[in-house]
Formats: sequence, structure tokens, C-alpha cells
Amino acid sequence: MNLPQFVGTTAGPALAGPVLLVSDLSKSYGGPVVLRGVSFAAFSGISLAIIGANGSGKSTLLKCLIRLTDPSSGKIEMLGQSVGDMGARALRQFRSRVGVVWQKHNLVPRLSALSNVLHGVQARMSGPRSWWQWAAPAEVRAEAMACLARVGLADKALQRVDSLSGGQQQRVAIARMLMQRPELVLADEPDASLDPQSGEDVMRLLSDLARQDGLTLIIISHRLEHTLAFSDRIIGLSGGVITLDVATSQADPAMLRRFFDKPTE
Amino acid sequence: MPQVTPAPPRFQHRSIAEYVAIIVVLALVLTSVMNTAPSLDKLQRGTARLFAPSGFLMQMFPPDFSRVEHITWKLVETLQMAVAGAALGLVFAVPFAILATDRLSPHPVIKIAARGIIAFFRTVPDLVWAIFFIIVVGLGPAAGVLALMIDKIGFAGRFFAEAMEEADTGPQDALRAIGASRMGIIFSAVFPACLPSFTATSLFALEKSVRGSAALGLVGAGGIGVDLKVAFDLFNYDEALTIILMMLVLVVAVEQGSSWIRSKLI
Repeated sequence: MNLPQFVGTTAGPALAGPVLLVSDLSKSYGGPVVLRGVSFAAFSGISLAIIGANGSGKSTLLKCLIRLTDPSSGKIEMLGQSVGDMGARALRQFRSRVGVVWQKHNLVPRLSALSNVLHGVQARMSGPRSWWQWAAPAEVRAEAMACLARVGLADKALQRVDSLSGGQQQRVAIARMLMQRPELVLADEPDASLDPQSGEDVMRLLSDLARQDGLTLIIISHRLEHTLAFSDRIIGLSGGVITLDVATSQADPAMLRRFFDKPTE
Repeated sequence: MPQVTPAPPRFQHRSIAEYVAIIVVLALVLTSVMNTAPSLDKLQRGTARLFAPSGFLMQMFPPDFSRVEHITWKLVETLQMAVAGAALGLVFAVPFAILATDRLSPHPVIKIAARGIIAFFRTVPDLVWAIFFIIVVGLGPAAGVLALMIDKIGFAGRFFAEAMEEADTGPQDALRAIGASRMGIIFSAVFPACLPSFTATSLFALEKSVRGSAALGLVGAGGIGVDLKVAFDLFNYDEALTIILMMLVLVVAVEQGSSWIRSKLI
């Protein structure tokens, strides 16, 4: 399959220039190559879904984007910055501009929903007043409460997150991401560990919030119906190589199905 | 008729090296016991002396409570030494533990150095530390507190570090991914996750400290141990028994209290 040098640059509801430009990205962990010559672009305000079977390199790609793992070769430009050239301090500042919603919500279980959401402020503020909700400035607490309200959990603010349901925990993680005030959001299968209804609710919430705030959303998805419902473009990875790049409106579900491990109804 | 599977041999085949290792261990145990353990004859004579009408055990009873007020105050001092030594040790154990962990230490060399210091503090017994600090700050409780502090840095530093290594890395990665500082990650994600383990370790450290502080006086590092040594030196065995009984009450009370707190907090 012949792909243009930067796929995904000509379609979709692009609002401005690309906020993400990945060029010839490769990654191997010493042995087998996980990503091979991956190139694509994402435009401001769109929702881009990355699909692929287990082991296709989706999560590695996402980790490379914010240098949680270093690529073996290639170039990543995100939000106008060259990700590969950053020192530790610059990388920290860059990461503060990118929100991540994880498959496993990665909240601190023993802390309250409010404390967990408040941790998002550490993207732009450091020191003890960003560590605990009781020590935080009033305006930060108010913003954290507003974020919780946006995900419908203001009434659970002081409840420990390990006492919440899986769907509620993922919504708290989304509120933490909002608290960060990101310019771009990466979501690594945010619906994976949830029941179908909770998963759909979380995906709808994430999609709606991104649209309301004009955020670019890059979602790794493992459910065909969510991919079709909540993305503008779809990129398919097979064996670490991009083998599909299509506008969601033009995507053929039968063609997409081969990128998922299990058939989706 | 179902096929019968024969039972495996009773003993596994062992190599020559394994037999040699077993013989070496047995030889080590036997020579150690023969060279250091008391002979039966010695034990018999000692036991007879212990229970003789003028023997050590008989002189202990009844315990002498005439100096109970003085002993109580010395026990309070012992408890204060234990609390101060444990508190200071726990406070200083935290940074050592952070520097000794794989994920949180700023540099591998610092990690190795921190682990080495913790191991050194833990390996040297608190009585040896007490003798060292008596030379530094003189006789009295200050030397005891410093000895207990160093001992607790070694004890708690190791367990704090292990708890931090075992903490779920997901929340830490999530904060790292949003650009949080190292201190932010430690205070926001690591410490809350380790709180139950830290609490249990701290209470064990206090119990250990109380037991240790009672003995430190034997070398002159303050607390009730000084009075115990004087009582033995002056053959006041009945007073010594009173001190031992009151130390027992203190240690049991602290252990029960810390068990209760552990059950409530964790």
C-alpha cells in the first residue's frame, strides 16, 4: 500500500495547521521493530483514532509522542515543538501542554476525587499547594470543582476514588486532564476496562469536552463502534506500519474490522 | 483396568556439590555448638546456683518496690528517648529511602550510596552506636537518642524504600506525563500509596526503639538501663526484678498501643 509522506493531511474538519507531525518514526526495544517508518499529521480540533490489533504498536506510538519512551529514529513535531530535541526541563514544560487519559485511569486510589483532579494543576504549578486539596489555593480548588462538575462528579469530590465505579474513576481521570488545561489530548483506550455502557459514556464525554474546548483528540481505540462514532479520521496500524488512513465518514466498517482483535458487533 | 502410574522415587538425585554443601553446613553447626554452647555439666552447676537458698533467683523475690517512683521517672525518660530517637530516625529515613529507590533516585551513584549508608546503619547494632555517641556527646540520654536515630534510619530506610519500589507506578507515570516535578510525584502519588506501609513500619520502629532504649543504659546512654546495671552491680537483685517487670509493662503497653493504632489506621 503506497501512502503519501504525511497521510491524513487533506481531509477532516481541519481548523488550522497541523498540531502534530510525525515523520518516519521507528521504534524497537532492542529486538523486534515495534514501529516502522510511521508518518502522519493531525490538525487542530480534529479527533484522530489510531486502531490496530494487540502488539501493532499503538501504545508505543502514543508513548513516543510525549517521550515516555524514546523513538529509535524519526521526528515528532507537536504543538510547534520538536519533541525529540528537548532537554529534561523543556520536556516537562511540553508535557504540561498535552493531556493524557490512560486505559487504567492511573489515579491515586487512597486520595479523594478532588485531590486527584487537583493534581492536574501540577502541569503549571509546583510546591505543596498543588499536592493536597486541603492546602491548595481557593481558586485552584474552585477550578478543580468545576472540572469535576463538567464530568458530573462534583457531588463525589471528597469520596476516595477507590470507592468509585470504574466509569466514575475514568471520569475523574478526565477531570484531572481538564485541570491540566491541555492543548491536545492523547487517550490510550480510555474505554478498555469498562463495561460497554460506561465505555460509551466515557468516550462521549471525552469527545464532547474536546469539541467544546476545541482540543485535538488522539484516541487509541479497541472498539469499532466507538472508533466510528467518536473520530474524524482513522489511522490503522499493522505490525508497526500504517496501512490505513481514512476519513471516518468514508470508512468501511468491514475494512476496519481486520484491525481489531475480536469481531465487533 | 486403568493404567497405574508408578510413584516417583522418595528422594531426588543430588549432585556431589549438594552433598558437600550439606556436610559443610552440618560441620559448621556442630563446631559452633561444640565451641561455644555451655556443657551439660556447666548448665547443671549454674542451675543449682540459681535456685540455691542464697542464689540469684531467690534474692530477686520478692521484688523491691521501694524506689518505684524513681524507676517510673526513669521509665518515662526511656520512653522519651525511644520516641525522640524513633521520630528523628523516621524523619531522616524518608530522604534516604527516596534516594535509595530505582525510580525516584536522581542518579544511580546516589542510589548505591544511599543503599550503602542504610545498610551500614542497619548492620551496626544500636549498642555499638550508643558507645560511639557516648564518645561524641558524653554519657546520658542524648547519646541514646542519637544511637536510636541512626538505628531507625537503617531499619525504616530499608522498609520505606521497599514500599516505594512496590507502589503502583501508574499514578506516578500519569503525573510524570503531565510534567509534574519529582517532588510533586513523590508527595502526590508515592507517599499516599505508601501510607499504610509507612505507618506500620513507623509503629514497628517505635516498638523496636522502646525495647532498644531500655538496653542502651547498660553502656551509659541514659534511660532505665543505667539503673538496671547499677542494681545488678550492687547485687540489688530484688530492685533489678522490679525494673525488669516495669520495663516489661512499658514494652507490652507500647506494643499493644501500636497494634491498636495499626488496626485503626490501616
